[in-house]
Amino acid sequence: MIQINQLYKSFGTNQVLKGIDLNLDKPGITAILGPNGSGKTTLIKSILGMVLPDQGHILFDGKPIHKKWAYRETIGYLPQIVRFPENLKPAEMFALIKNLRGQNPDLQHLINRFELEPFLQKRLGNLSGGTRQKINLVQAFGFDSKVLILDEPTAGLDPVSVIELKKLLEEERKKGKIILLTTHIISFVEEMAEQMVFLLDGHIHFKGDQKTLKSTFGDDRLERAIANILRKDAINQSEPEKII
Amino acid sequence: MLKIFRFYFFDLIRSRWTVLYALFYLLLTSALLLLSPNLSKVIISLMNIVLFLVPLIASMLGIMYFYSSRDFIELLLAQPLRRSTIFFGQYLSIVGSLGLSLLLGIGIPFLLYGILSSAEIWNYLVLLGTGLMLTFIFSGIAFWIALKHENRIKGFGLMILCWLFFAVIYDGLFLLGLSWFNDYPLEKFALGASLFNPIDLSRILILLKLDIAALMGFTGAVFSKFLGSGLGMLISMASLLLWVGFPIWRIRAISLKKDF
Repeated sequence: MIQINQLYKSFGTNQVLKGIDLNLDKPGITAILGPNGSGKTTLIKSILGMVLPDQGHILFDGKPIHKKWAYRETIGYLPQIVRFPENLKPAEMFALIKNLRGQNPDLQHLINRFELEPFLQKRLGNLSGGTRQKINLVQAFGFDSKVLILDEPTAGLDPVSVIELKKLLEEERKKGKIILLTTHIISFVEEMAEQMVFLLDGHIHFKGDQKTLKSTFGDDRLERAIANILRKDAINQSEPEKII
Repeated sequence: MLKIFRFYFFDLIRSRWTVLYALFYLLLTSALLLLSPNLSKVIISLMNIVLFLVPLIASMLGIMYFYSSRDFIELLLAQPLRRSTIFFGQYLSIVGSLGLSLLLGIGIPFLLYGILSSAEIWNYLVLLGTGLMLTFIFSGIAFWIALKHENRIKGFGLMILCWLFFAVIYDGLFLLGLSWFNDYPLEKFALGASLFNPIDLSRILILLKLDIAALMGFTGAVFSKFLGSGLGMLISMASLLLWVGFPIWRIRAISLKKDF
């Protein structure tokens, strides 16, 4: 479905992605992990055509996405932090996205799930960060798309809404969707993701399922296994100094 | 593009700033019309305010709005749309809302006054037209700067500098230059130089239309002397149109290459 070949991207002198190869074909949840600034968001935005790669290419459904836009109608996207236009109401924003996508799905069940009904006719500028994130979730999940790309879906959500989000992800997984998400919350990954991609300094350091990760890095707790990747990397980096 | 335009337009016309802007013009124009019985004098007073205020407001509100909608653009970019659709939709919405404020604010009092049956109708329309052109030009420049510079402080600084340059500094330098080199024949130079300032061009256009030599200033006088009113107006109008096109061309070029 999504095929990434030798992707390079730099912003000024900062080389963010240094040759990423990634195939996303199987339905299910793939988590992209990595420390801040490791290129997670850049990778996601490249798939959406928002960041234009320096080298390499991305195929969606076998076709290169460069300078194309129609392929995005099969992708649902949840951006990271969103400030919506201040003077409009959530209902109007949903209407716009329905209009732009040319679909008219019933968003009511999602609105009920996240208890957004009382906010639908309020100004977006007056809503709290958590409420805006819920509205963001409704627009990302509400449309019939084969691929879901979620950038930090849990950001700003209260525990009840996180549970609701997990249920929602479970349902979407059962529908056979390809779901790609980034997060820093390891327990969330442990519970939800079957596949993991670990990004560090613009390279993919690990790619595979949880079992492999745990056995490769010798710990049965995901958090520790991930810490081991980082530590191993630290050792690799300090080795040249030892030689000197 | 129409969908994006409509969406942003409805956001903008509900904004406090747009309403204030329209009300200001409404009050100002009504007051001027009540105080002075001479329509062409009212048009000249309005011209001085419009030429100063329209570029300032279009610059400031334009850049403010583009920066504050930066996050939402990311969401729009993930929709099945062309990039140019998004950016031109947004650009037109800001031009549309500011233009509408201007049109209503200056339009309603004149309509009530009975401009339609007056001899000044064309002069009035030229004033309105240049106001709209300046809205296009300066919100275009604002959008261009906002796209080019992610750093908001830098963007704002550049925009203020840009407005200051065209509204104040340019004329100052111009006059300085003329007084330094007043032994040389500078008419043609002055003629050419005024083409590079949209605010000057607008002033010349209105004054040529009103045909008031005394108020024309140096460049205006040169325009009417060398080109006559008709050709002078044609040239200044064509240059204004080029000025409208320039930022649009830049917006298109940058938006196609930019990473978000």
